[in-house]
Amino acid sequence: MIVSAVSVLFDGFAYGMLLFLLSVGLSVTLGMMNFVNLAHCTFAMIGGYVTVTLMNHVGWPFLATLPIAFIGAAAISVVFERTMFHRLYRASELDQCLLTIGVVFVSIAATAYIFSTSQQPVSLPNYLRGSINVGPMTFGVYRIFLIVFALIVSAALIGALEFTRFGAQIRAAVDNQRMARGLGINVDGAFAIAFALGSGLAGLGGALAIDVVGLDPSFALVYLVYVLIVVAVGGLGSIGGTFVAAMLLGISDMAGKYYFPAIGSFLIYLVMISLLMWRPSGIFGRR
Amino acid sequence: MALSAPAPAGPLQYLEAQARWRPIELVFWLATLLPFVLTPSYLVLASQIAVTALFAMSLDLILGYAGIVSLGHAAFFGFGAYTAGLISKWGWGEPLTGLVLAGFAAGLLGYLFSFIIARFRHLALIMITLGFGLLLEEAANSANWLTGGADGLQGVHMWPLFNTFQFDLYGYTAYSYALIALFLCFLLSRRLINSPFGLSLRGIRENIVRMRAIGAESRPHIRTIFTIAAVMAGVAGAILTQSTETVSLGSLDFQRSADILVILILGGTGRLYGGLIGAVIYLIARDQFSGINPQYWYFPIGILLILVVLFLPNGILGGLSEMVNTERGQRWFGWLTSSSWRGKSP
Repeated sequence: MIVSAVSVLFDGFAYGMLLFLLSVGLSVTLGMMNFVNLAHCTFAMIGGYVTVTLMNHVGWPFLATLPIAFIGAAAISVVFERTMFHRLYRASELDQCLLTIGVVFVSIAATAYIFSTSQQPVSLPNYLRGSINVGPMTFGVYRIFLIVFALIVSAALIGALEFTRFGAQIRAAVDNQRMARGLGINVDGAFAIAFALGSGLAGLGGALAIDVVGLDPSFALVYLVYVLIVVAVGGLGSIGGTFVAAMLLGISDMAGKYYFPAIGSFLIYLVMISLLMWRPSGIFGRR
Repeated sequence: MALSAPAPAGPLQYLEAQARWRPIELVFWLATLLPFVLTPSYLVLASQIAVTALFAMSLDLILGYAGIVSLGHAAFFGFGAYTAGLISKWGWGEPLTGLVLAGFAAGLLGYLFSFIIARFRHLALIMITLGFGLLLEEAANSANWLTGGADGLQGVHMWPLFNTFQFDLYGYTAYSYALIALFLCFLLSRRLINSPFGLSLRGIRENIVRMRAIGAESRPHIRTIFTIAAVMAGVAGAILTQSTETVSLGSLDFQRSADILVILILGGTGRLYGGLIGAVIYLIARDQFSGINPQYWYFPIGILLILVVLFLPNGILGGLSEMVNTERGQRWFGWLTSSSWRGKSP
């Protein structure tokens, strides 16, 4: 009983870490510009496909592809942001939803055309495979790697937001966009960079997720729901809230699938609706 | 559809002018009879279009008029579909009572859910409707004993309509049945939106705070229209079940909620006909392109969605009405859309 509980907690924690990487960028961009970007997971998917292509067709090692996945997703997202999204910052939520869901549809069809709809194989290097036994419990090496890696990235992110000038500008823009503009902060520029960083992190998450949840063109839509849940429950623009919500979701999803396999994801949606009814702007939301 | 109406004298005159039938509406409804004559082999498709149009119209009532964005509207469609299927499976195959019961069940669900809906706006509302849709889908998926789960509901058998008209493979009965239901629901919606109630819904859409400030409490209005929309969505789902004699999980999944939103936006929100036109274009296009792999189907839809949002913010009908409202458009097409075609000038 305890053994299974620990392993559920561990797997849920690793899964939550993945969800955190996938959703933290959306949380920041939503908090800053109120721009509902449903195409966020498309950028995650781009990261995943960059890694798969580099590994299977160019022969790069797994770890070396991760920075490229980050850069690739960030670069493509900036193109979208500058050409399309920035025109809709003052539009209604519905218009933003529709435009970005259009991008999701196009990206799903395009990846299906280029890569086919089958699951993409990824072969991890030997040192990331297997598991470690601690007494009666087993921990997957890749999941340990995932947790450590995501913790380092989160620490770097929080450090960058808390202790750098650019981070201060972003926080100011999230708190009060008009005031920040009035103080001479280039909010649009800061937003473009934050958008690229967030999408890059999603791309990284997408690349890391291949071994855990797989990768096919429906990724952009399936995980969008999870990411939206994390962001809405955590509260817009709150990194701590996103972290807590990602952990909650990851662990409750794993626990639900382990202990109540019959009702599937039912539990998560119920938890999300109840949390949102209790606090419509998220656990840590201010508005 | 304030296409060319001159400035009204007062609210009642405005509503009266809005409620008058325009020639183009008669043209549209006469055209819905054409499939019987011109394309009898496509009546099954036509009945699906009518069902989808009814579903889109029900979404238009809450989205286009009251401004409630719902990403989970398929929940009511699917609930109606499953209710109609279960009633038939349990031994009562009479279509009309099944339809009424399914509409009633979906309406009850909508009424209960509307108490939640009316409390929220913006992102929380979008997320709650999305979560509600997914919740119902998961529930139907895991309640295998009741719904058949992922295999769909088996054993639905409908009796002939009025003991005479069998639901056949050619779709004569299905299309007539769906078209009549669509027309009746359309008349009801048209009456609703051209009433003071409909006017206050538009007020809620435009500025909910100001509506409250002028003494019009918005929540009861939202609850009412949401329940009505749920009934219509449930009726649409029930017609689909009865004419195809199957129910699958696809009737309440997220894909259907997204599709119906796309259809409504393509056609244009807040003008009742938007959903109808959108359904016609979307389903005919999908039928024509069914030769290509279905996974590529979302490419043109996505492109279309992006273009509509960027360049045609009021949908196809919105773009058309802008064209008609130019000077030349008025000269050529003004008579089609004028509400004073009987010679009564408002």
